[in-house]
Order: sequence, then C-alpha cells, then structure tokens
Amino acid sequence: MLHLSARRVGSLLARRATAALSTSSARMASHDVAQAADMSQPMYWDRLDTPLPDKPFKDVLTAADKSLKQKEKGPWSQLTKEEKIALYRMSFCQTYPEMKQKTSEWKTVIGGMFIFLGFTGLVVWWQRIYVYPPHPRTFDEEWQAKQLKRMLDMRINPVEGFSAKWDYEKGQWK
Amino acid sequence: MFRAAVRLSVSGVRSLTRTQPRCQAVLTSRCYSHGKQETDEEFDAHWVTYFNKPDIDAWELRKGMNTLIGYDLVPEPKILEAALRACRRLNDLASAIRILEAVKDKSGPHKEIYPYLIQELKPTLDELGISTPEELGIDKV
Repeated sequence: MLHLSARRVGSLLARRATAALSTSSARMASHDVAQAADMSQPMYWDRLDTPLPDKPFKDVLTAADKSLKQKEKGPWSQLTKEEKIALYRMSFCQTYPEMKQKTSEWKTVIGGMFIFLGFTGLVVWWQRIYVYPPHPRTFDEEWQAKQLKRMLDMRINPVEGFSAKWDYEKGQWK
Repeated sequence: MFRAAVRLSVSGVRSLTRTQPRCQAVLTSRCYSHGKQETDEEFDAHWVTYFNKPDIDAWELRKGMNTLIGYDLVPEPKILEAALRACRRLNDLASAIRILEAVKDKSGPHKEIYPYLIQELKPTLDELGISTPEELGIDKV
C-alpha cells in the first residue's frame, strides 16, 4: 500500500495531470469497484437505534418468498418457525445480536498505530545519524566536568540548591 | 415505569395524528422549560393512540417505532402491544419480531426489563401468533 501511493505521488510529479489520472484510473478499473448505492431512493441499513429501516432488505422476491408473504396475511400462528425466520430475513439483514457482535477491528487499529510509530522511529534514527550536526563542544565529558567545577567554585545556589548539596570539606556530593 | 426525566417533543408525531381529536387537546409536550411537562401517563396515552390508528400505514409504523426507540426510555408494554397490533394490521411479522429485539436492546444493562415486558405481552403475543426472538433462536449469533 505504501509503495503504491509513493508511485502515484511520483507519477503526479513527474508526468502531466491527465497522464497521471489515466494511470491511476486504469489501476482502479482493474479492481472490483463496488456499485455506488442510489442514495435518492430509500435505503436499508442495520442500526441499533433504527429498528425499522426505510425499506425491506430483500427487494427481489422469489415465487416462494411471494407465496410466504401471502401466507403472512393470514393468522401468524399457522406459520412454522422456519417460515417466521425466513420472513424476518426477507425484511432484515442482520439480527440485533449479529449487529452487536464484537469485531477484531481494534487489533487492526493498534497494529497500524505501532507500525507507523515504528516507521517514525526508523526515520528519527536515520535523521540522528545523517541529518543532525555534530554535538557542540559544550557537551563533551571534559567540558562538562570543568563546567561543574566552575559552578561549585562560584557557589551557585549555595543555600538550598546546587552548591548546597556539595560537601566542600570532603570534596564530594552530600 | 422505566423513564428518564427528559422527554423529546412528540410534535412531529402529533401532526400525523391530527385526525384524532383527543390528541389536539394535549399540548404539553413541547421542549419548553416554562411549559407544563407531559406526565408519564400522557406520554403513554399519546403513543398508544398513535399506534392504535386503525388505518396506520407502514411509514407511520416505521417512523413511530424509530422515534420511540430514539427516546431515552423503554416503552411501556401497552405501547408495545399497540405497536404489535399495528404490525398485525399491516401483515408484517418481521417488524413485530424486530420491535421485540429493539426493546431488549433498549434495556441495556438492565436485564430484568425484557423478561418483564415479554411476561406482560404474552397474551398479545399468543393471540397474534408472534414468536419471540428466543423462541425462533435468533437471539444468539
């Protein structure tokens, strides 16, 4: 997926817009593109807060379905369990328990997060090696030691802070 | 019985039941803080009247049910009974079963509500021949 988008970006930069569009649309046409739903018509959806959607699930009824629908007009106690379930499935796609099923989507999300974090870590590491300039000399061990001695000699924060923690008689930290 | 304090306006519903003279007298359910609050009994009566309309059509049933499920409450058995009878008039068994599933979901963590509703609705369910989702085995995945 990553190299595909990189290639698209490369083609957009390198070629003209029309050529790039024809390349990407040709790639899309080779996949199975889902039919776009006609949103001007009443739609079906499974939602916990909308028990009765705008249209039944099955639009095209077979002859058996139609005869069952006729039977539905009579007393419902004459319907068998299987017929009742068939009538339910004609009108609705998923039952409430099926709608409320847990998915494993969270694994995809967390996994994707870690992949991108890891990739970022690699990028930062590469930067550390190839991009960052050398350290200032004030970071050297020797310089830091001399700096520390100078601070103690100047008695920086002698009452409660820095030098207060240094034992001047013994020449060590308290 | 299982009510939250806040009610949504049922003005949209009332406009559909304009032909029922009883409903015109009830103007207490708008979302004002200064107006009279609709009581539980008035709310129930509203909805029972709505579903008891003899020539209710499929759209009104769907709209009523979806609105009712949108409220922060589990409907009283008498409202559900009226809705189930409306399904019978419309020859729609699937919607009747769906209504039972929906109220079970509405009860949320309160597992004792749904058995109570089924117990109260048993006479109606038997009379109309509606099977519960449990009887049909579609309450499990």
